[in-house]
Amino acid sequence: MGSILEMRNITKEFPGVKALDDVNLKVEAGEIHALCGENGAGKSTLMKVLSGVYPHGTYAGDILFQDDVCVFKDIKSSESLGIVIIHQELALIPELSIAENIFLGNEQAKAGVINWNETVVKARALLKKVGLSENPNTLISQIGVGKQQLVEIAKALSKDVKLLILDEPTAALNEEESENLLQLLLSFKKEGMTSIMISHKLNEVSKVADSITIIRDGKTIETLKWEEVSEDRIIKGMVGRELTNRYPDRTPKIGETILEVKDWEVLQGDRKVIDSISMHIKKGEIVGIAGVMGSGRTEFAMSIFGRSYGTKISGHLYKDGKEITVKNVPEAIENGLAYVTEDRKNYGLILIEDIKRNISLPNLKKLSKFSVLNEQVEVKEAENYRSKMNIKTPSILQKTGNLSGGNQQKVVLSKWIYSEPDILILDEPTRGIDVGAKYEIYTIINQLAEEGKGILLISSEMPELLGMCDRIYVMNEGRLKGELEAAEATQESIMKYITS
Amino acid sequence: MNTPLEDYRNKGSVLSLIQSNLRQYGMFTALVLIMILFQFLTEGILLRPLNITNLILQNSYILVLAIGMVLVIITGHIDLSVGSVAAFVGAISGILIINHDIPVFLAVILSLLVGAVIGAWQGFWVAYVKIPAFIVTLAGMLLFRGLTMLVLKGKSVAPYPQSFQDISSGFVPDIFGGSTLHLLTIVAGIVFSIIYLLIEARNRRTQIRYDFEVSSKGLFITKIAAVIVLINVFTYVLATYEGIPMILIILIALVVIYSFVMKKTVMGRHIYAIGGNEKAASLSGIKTKKATFWVFVNMGVLAALSGLIFAARLNAATPKAGNLFELDAIAACFIGGASAYGGIGTVGGAIVGGLVMGVMNNGMSIIGLGIDWQQAIKGLVLLIAVAFDIYNKNKLAS
Repeated sequence: MGSILEMRNITKEFPGVKALDDVNLKVEAGEIHALCGENGAGKSTLMKVLSGVYPHGTYAGDILFQDDVCVFKDIKSSESLGIVIIHQELALIPELSIAENIFLGNEQAKAGVINWNETVVKARALLKKVGLSENPNTLISQIGVGKQQLVEIAKALSKDVKLLILDEPTAALNEEESENLLQLLLSFKKEGMTSIMISHKLNEVSKVADSITIIRDGKTIETLKWEEVSEDRIIKGMVGRELTNRYPDRTPKIGETILEVKDWEVLQGDRKVIDSISMHIKKGEIVGIAGVMGSGRTEFAMSIFGRSYGTKISGHLYKDGKEITVKNVPEAIENGLAYVTEDRKNYGLILIEDIKRNISLPNLKKLSKFSVLNEQVEVKEAENYRSKMNIKTPSILQKTGNLSGGNQQKVVLSKWIYSEPDILILDEPTRGIDVGAKYEIYTIINQLAEEGKGILLISSEMPELLGMCDRIYVMNEGRLKGELEAAEATQESIMKYITS
Repeated sequence: MNTPLEDYRNKGSVLSLIQSNLRQYGMFTALVLIMILFQFLTEGILLRPLNITNLILQNSYILVLAIGMVLVIITGHIDLSVGSVAAFVGAISGILIINHDIPVFLAVILSLLVGAVIGAWQGFWVAYVKIPAFIVTLAGMLLFRGLTMLVLKGKSVAPYPQSFQDISSGFVPDIFGGSTLHLLTIVAGIVFSIIYLLIEARNRRTQIRYDFEVSSKGLFITKIAAVIVLINVFTYVLATYEGIPMILIILIALVVIYSFVMKKTVMGRHIYAIGGNEKAASLSGIKTKKATFWVFVNMGVLAALSGLIFAARLNAATPKAGNLFELDAIAACFIGGASAYGGIGTVGGAIVGGLVMGVMNNGMSIIGLGIDWQQAIKGLVLLIAVAFDIYNKNKLAS
């Protein structure tokens, strides 16, 4: 088979930045082609050029689809050729039904009047294709993220898709849902569909991709056949250097117990979300919590952090052996707790404000006298954290909304490290962050442990937990299912506890 | 890409200074242009001493509202009830002072307290019960308009004693006893200039001490000189009429205090953070409910003050007072660069926005444009001002 898509010498410039510099991408018909690269490498921009988000004329270079040169004015014109993109942030409307969402903008109508019977029947057929057994009239808000992703795919299928582009399709899915999705992609491949998949998760890419194109700093580095390469080889291509060790070395220096949680129970309304959890963290120790999304790990962390989650909470907290009461976030901060959220855009940062103001937000007390701020010290501290954490930005006055994921995460970490906590709860600290920045964040975490802080690391990525932690708790359905020393833990042993 | 150091150096140059401040001072420039335009159209009447004084008196109650409103808008809310609240508090003051002979000073304090209680009432529903402010204050708009008519029994109460009227029509007496020129005003202008000079010089010194970027010395002196000339021309113009209106003192005090609070204090930071992202603010240890509550209490007090000023100016408490004030105040904030999504806005901006509206009202009245045209033109100005702002932001973002 020949190539279905060829993008030749694509160059796209934004004011002051060359986002894409002479990029070439060739996708064979009927293959699954992975597009890999660090955050900000230009993958999404390239896909936006392909799908017509950036119309013809705003970039240089040619797009050939099925050997024809394409001139896309907008998304509609690329979709009419069968090029459909599913974005990382799902574009579904929660208050509409599955069927309505599938045919949104493509309504099954005659003279503007919708034929609901046809809509539902067709929707049902499409749902069957993606293996989703839901009533088409169910509202999107009532199904989970995994199923929503399937609805997005059904929506793409409804448009007679020839080339399906998925941008980080498994970012929000748990392992089972991800596996399911990958299988679906493979079955589409058998039917002759071509897909492009953007992903950070190399283990997933390795399961499905036939070939892989690596982009770095807006340039194509190489296109490889999957059989030819190892994961480490791809990582080297992405970061431009060999990462001999994905996790920095550390010699743990573990001291006394710094935080102890006893009989912790959290109710949200009538629902028991956390059920009698007892655990502890020692000084200088990195303790992991393994568990899938929805296991209650985030709810547990937030309920400890000043009761930010839950309507009724019972249990005891001990710090350095003394019982403490933490009724709200200010008290949590006062007691030396810090919580780095898994959702930095919605819970961690004020995106319309600059780096400096975000870093100082939990620390205003320290920065003020009689409630009047000392802005000079504020700037000094922000500059200090910019260089210490290696936040890549021209200025601390940059709005955090304009930073890449890795740099945003460094700002969130800065603001909490500046609060000088004794215990840091890190909830998915490396989600959606590229390999290079991950390594930097691991180094920071190790350094914090070195300083004698207690670290609670929550993660869905088991290799990360195994690579970083001294001890791992396994959590499922709001309970602790097991506790493992890092030395004895393996992915299999963790999995066994989760499924038990 | 530039190194940070180069960026700092570049910031010092004139061109980049203008560029970086264009947005900030964009509406201020527009205000100056509008004033020049009407100065020309009204054949010089606009900037006559009498008219300048009038402009201040006419717009004072809207400007007071705009200061409170911009805080509400920065937290991401809105207050539609301020006109009705102003009317209600005006009515209360009329009843207290005129019907019950309560001393003016005490009555003013009581009236402001009533405003605080009303603000607390609305703040409670918005902050703690989480009812959208649009609905709470829409209800408040009807509620307090109704109560105004009730307590006044549908009739106006007048007249106020002179001491109350002085709130909005009094002038600072000239202790130096100038004959043609109000000498105290001239002295005040000079004193303000010196204070301004000292503050700016001090700021520059600290900035240099912490080695921040500073503008070149020449530019710094030019800027200071321009502002000082402006202050003194303004006070001179006032001095050739009756001097400084009482209300101007109140306004300047409010602007200085609220600008300081919003720019330099923890409370101000909290308000911006809540409007920027309430959840993130709350997880950073900010008591978001409490802060929102107090922003509404503050709005209540300022609405009460506005009601008192209006009643004093009209020399009557009437059921119709304060009609549509809320819209003028909200428009002032948006023209002044506040964001309808919260998190962005300044007190200075709201004042400039209010003055844009005020100068246009005044200018159009002088040239004899009917109220019909005035409304239509004001509506368009609001739309264009906000569209221009959004256009600029998009250009910066892309």
